[in-house]
Amino acid sequence: MSEGKVNVLETPGLRRVLLRGPLPPRLAHLLGRKLLRFLLTIQGLGAFLLITLGVMVTKFRVAPRLIWPACAHEIGRAGVRLLPMFLFISAALGLLVIGQAVSWLTRVGAIGYLGSIMVIVVVRELGPLLAGLLVLARVGSANVIELGTARALGEVEALEALGIDPVHYLVVPRVAGLAVAVFSLTVYLIIGALASGYLWAFLQDVPLRPAAYFAQLAASLRWLDFALLAIKTCAFGFIIAVVTSYHGLAQPIRLDEVSRATVRAIAQSVVLIMLIDALFILIYLSV
Amino acid sequence: MSASGSNANPEPVIAMSGVAVSALSDPARIVAEGIDWAVQAGDYWVIAALQGGGKTDFMLMTAGLMAPAAGQYKLFGEPMPIFDEARLRQRLRLGLVFDSGQLLNHLTIWENLALPVRYHLDLSAPACGDQVQAMIELMELQPWAQSAPSAIGRNWQKRAGLGRALMLRPEILLIDSPLAGLDLRHTAWWLNFLERLTTGKIPGLPPITLVVTGADFRPWQGRARQFATLRQGRFAVLGAWRQVETAGAELWRELLLGAPARD
Repeated sequence: MSEGKVNVLETPGLRRVLLRGPLPPRLAHLLGRKLLRFLLTIQGLGAFLLITLGVMVTKFRVAPRLIWPACAHEIGRAGVRLLPMFLFISAALGLLVIGQAVSWLTRVGAIGYLGSIMVIVVVRELGPLLAGLLVLARVGSANVIELGTARALGEVEALEALGIDPVHYLVVPRVAGLAVAVFSLTVYLIIGALASGYLWAFLQDVPLRPAAYFAQLAASLRWLDFALLAIKTCAFGFIIAVVTSYHGLAQPIRLDEVSRATVRAIAQSVVLIMLIDALFILIYLSV
Repeated sequence: MSASGSNANPEPVIAMSGVAVSALSDPARIVAEGIDWAVQAGDYWVIAALQGGGKTDFMLMTAGLMAPAAGQYKLFGEPMPIFDEARLRQRLRLGLVFDSGQLLNHLTIWENLALPVRYHLDLSAPACGDQVQAMIELMELQPWAQSAPSAIGRNWQKRAGLGRALMLRPEILLIDSPLAGLDLRHTAWWLNFLERLTTGKIPGLPPITLVVTGADFRPWQGRARQFATLRQGRFAVLGAWRQVETAGAELWRELLLGAPARD
């Protein structure tokens, strides 16, 4: 077999193929296609994000009696309805993670670091990340399916025929709803996790009074934690809404393509949430 | 071929010159080209084409949902398509009724009808209640007002689509295949209603210029006033019913008798 027709599957390993010289055509095509698709997705998502921001600003005062109740509906759908699940998750998080941390810190005599560890783990990282991923799973996936189905059934064209901007009517309420919902649910998740964590420690006879526990937490929290928590969670909600709406709405889609669009949207949302989280870690470390 | 419905009004409400129409699903594919067409206020056009002949794409382009692939199209003297907010009022003088109604499935029938007025006039639901109720009654949709579109039959979905388009009081109404898939009772209702609509006999609605599509001219005999065909990528104005009757044998075989055209 000539070098130009190397079958990637028959080579001993990708590393050896890459080190021998030019990429085999099939691999080059595969990587090229992936890269091109990635760049096109970034371009499309960026354009859709800018369009959404533009519509939010320019149409802020358009049809408020229709759009604002729709925002409230989305907050209820993405936030209030998920509250019972979040209370359960927060209790589980407190018992499984925080309770164990308290227990082990006590054993090694490092209970004085409890507040700092709680703030770093729960307030800065685990709370927002878990809330974002849970909302993505419960609401983000439903978004793609709803919007993709609406697009496939011609509802978007119907809105355009009526002179109604589909981004204004369908996307803006979701963006507002998800941003507020992720922020609110994160706050409830953190409070619930910290409280149930202490409960777990109390049940394990850890010698820590509630006043001392909450004093440590308060001492470890800075104003920056509150500000960045709000910005980060709102950014998570915004990204979930934009990515899921983009995959459901921005391109012509057939009914049989909705499931694939949902998978793509969820995967890309997870990656973007992780990237935003990493960005905020850099901010925390630099301030 | 160039033609207009009447010569009384020198300024047509719809004027197309050398227009080509692309498919919505594939903008690179041209479904019709070389369209020269003028519609005067008060006209009642029927455009017939076989299934897949490009009727829906033609109507979507005429409604301004996509730009012509070539040529010039003016609506009330304004170049189309109109996408900017400043000229939106001009575009809303034209309404479009889709083949299947294309109702929003997350809203009830009542909410679907209320949507355009709530959005454009910034009304709360109670504030537009009387207006919506009147249209619900006009469309005879009272039993299904609070139903989801998916819970009612296609016949009624099409009526709800018509009612929704009329909520904005358009001067021109494009209706894509209104009789497709209807039973005889609904077909009779549509034919009578459209006749009353175009002659201004519906209380509260002015006379409306109508452009409808279909696969067959026969139901429109004695009702519509102008006829055209969309065949093999070409738009051809036939004129009044008399011209339809004297049209070529191929047209008769294809659109009137339902038999396939001979190559």
